[in-house]
Amino acid sequence: MLDIRDLRASAGGRQILNGINLTVNAGEVHAIMGPNGSGKSTLAGVLAGRDGLEVTGGSATFKGQDLLDLEPEERAREGLFLAFQYPVEIPGVNNAYLLKAALNEVRKHRGQPELDAMDFMTLIRERMKLLRMDDSLLHRPVNEGFSGGEKKRNEIFQLAVLEPSLAILDETDSGLDIDALQIVAAGVNSLRNAERSMVVVTHYQRLLNYIVPDFVHVLSDGRIVKSGGKELALELEDKGYGWIEAEPAAAR
Amino acid sequence: MTQLATGADSYAAQFAAFAQASALPDPFASLREDAFGCFDRLGFPTTRLEEWRFTNVAPIAATRFVTAPAPADYSRAALDALHLPRLGGPELVFVNGAFVPRLSDVEGLPAGVRARSLAEVLADDPQTVVPCLGRLARIENHAFTALNTAFLRDGAVIEVPAGVVVGVPVHILFVTTGAEAPVLSQPRVLVLAGEHSQVRVVESHTGDGDCRYLSNAVTEISVADHAVVDHYALVRESGAAFRMGRLHATLGRASNFSSHTITLSGAIVRNETSVKLGGEGGECTLNGLYLTNERQLVDNQTIIDHAQPHCNSHELYKGILAGRSRAVFNGKIIVRLDAQKTDAKQSNKALLLSEDAQITTKPQLEIFADDVKCTHGATIGQLDADSLFYLRSRGLSKAQSRQILIHAFAADLLGCIKVDVIRSQLDALLLERLPVVA
Repeated sequence: MLDIRDLRASAGGRQILNGINLTVNAGEVHAIMGPNGSGKSTLAGVLAGRDGLEVTGGSATFKGQDLLDLEPEERAREGLFLAFQYPVEIPGVNNAYLLKAALNEVRKHRGQPELDAMDFMTLIRERMKLLRMDDSLLHRPVNEGFSGGEKKRNEIFQLAVLEPSLAILDETDSGLDIDALQIVAAGVNSLRNAERSMVVVTHYQRLLNYIVPDFVHVLSDGRIVKSGGKELALELEDKGYGWIEAEPAAAR
Repeated sequence: MTQLATGADSYAAQFAAFAQASALPDPFASLREDAFGCFDRLGFPTTRLEEWRFTNVAPIAATRFVTAPAPADYSRAALDALHLPRLGGPELVFVNGAFVPRLSDVEGLPAGVRARSLAEVLADDPQTVVPCLGRLARIENHAFTALNTAFLRDGAVIEVPAGVVVGVPVHILFVTTGAEAPVLSQPRVLVLAGEHSQVRVVESHTGDGDCRYLSNAVTEISVADHAVVDHYALVRESGAAFRMGRLHATLGRASNFSSHTITLSGAIVRNETSVKLGGEGGECTLNGLYLTNERQLVDNQTIIDHAQPHCNSHELYKGILAGRSRAVFNGKIIVRLDAQKTDAKQSNKALLLSEDAQITTKPQLEIFADDVKCTHGATIGQLDADSLFYLRSRGLSKAQSRQILIHAFAADLLGCIKVDVIRSQLDALLLERLPVVA
């Protein structure tokens, strides 16, 4: 699904990613953990094609294609989805309008016919239930005036509608109270299947109680310094990040 | 200066011939004489005048525009080819400023409501328009108003008697055509809304293809006590045309007036909107939207005169500028000594789509009362990079994302447009046809 080799990237002239290696197979859920400033969001941004991030070396292959060569919209149509850490408020653009336009772009790319208004609404209503979202959010401008929890729920709702093959969740847990976290996690879990992969970027282990990963990687200073199973997350919760950063390179 | 004087001079012979050919009863004959006198004295404005600093009308002064009759064979097909919105109500069609009955349809108006040509009114019962015509739009200080008034002959007169609600919008179409000499078209509109009446008036201003002409328009609107008037001006002049437009409205007690000035094309376009809140508790909304491209210049000038207490005014102008186009916004709000409890809001926003587009903006507040609320703000910006990335990350192309954001910028103004056909035409225009500049 996703194959990242020695990926290096900088932002504003500052080197942030220093050689990331990561392989995500179909159906796997990988958690990427790490302290602030370790490069987690930069990695998510580079994969989605955010402006202002410069790839300075290495490669990323998505479903056999050179991911880094694609425009952001081409990545999305190929089935990569980024749930934003800070979803953007777009006044004047109706939530349902954006979803319909996005879904139809993806469907066109897959060679499927565009959905008419009726089928679209049926699909939307069904997916809204998943995230226990209020109908009114559909007709409001994208994220405008949404609470933090509503914004994050809206991201996962878009994920549920667009059905990507690779979802990257960037700190989807930040700013969520426990009820909202459970709803979001339940939504994500219901979307897990043998074909869909996920990369869950998070600072805290808490989210991983609900979205249980197959693999956990620890990012530090732009490198993956430790990888393991889900128990690694618990260990990190227990001991903090200090012990990994303090470990000599040979021990990793 | 010599060149400008020549510009004004070239109208003297036209005026003499015109005054002789179309005699009017007083007071209009003398009004025309006075108006030409004012025009002659004022000459075309220069950029040395503060109100004209950023709008150079030298190209207008240097061109010999001539009044031209409506071509006798101007057809419905020619009119339809201009793709003006059809609003399903009465339509008054003017070609080169003259009323064309065979293209117009004024059926279906409620009893007592009259939509007539000014030529007809001046011939049949000129007394109707004496109190207002030429009274709201003053000739003394404005060369273009003086020029329009000097050649006063035709136009649209809409009269709504007290208490009558007109359910359908009244559409007045001004078309300028003529391939030979540059045409001088001088649209004139007078709206008289009686007490407790309601009416929506839509003016469409347009011209043929790449015709070079001057459309010099004056609209006067009298909104009586408790009346509600919504006015729309859709400016879609030809790419080589000049438009100089003035709208003057005076509002009675507890009346409500809204103006929506939408400029989509024209080489140099100036829209002046002037509203006097002349009775307690009046409310006015001035909205403006303009799209510019290439080397266009669009200048919006507004004056809101709060003359009485407890009046509200809301003003929102937005511009979307591409290419090497320029825009000017000058918004003056006057709050007179007696106008306590005034609530005036003014906002002016520009979205610059290219490095070379320019906007000059100037709010002016003149407040003489001491218990008032007046706010103004101006913002100038580009498309937001984060929003653009967000949309693209959902699979929308860069071009489509830009288009959506441009449309979103104008969304609040579009939402204020209560004539559905106009709103959906603009929606489509903004979403699909606005040139996208990378």
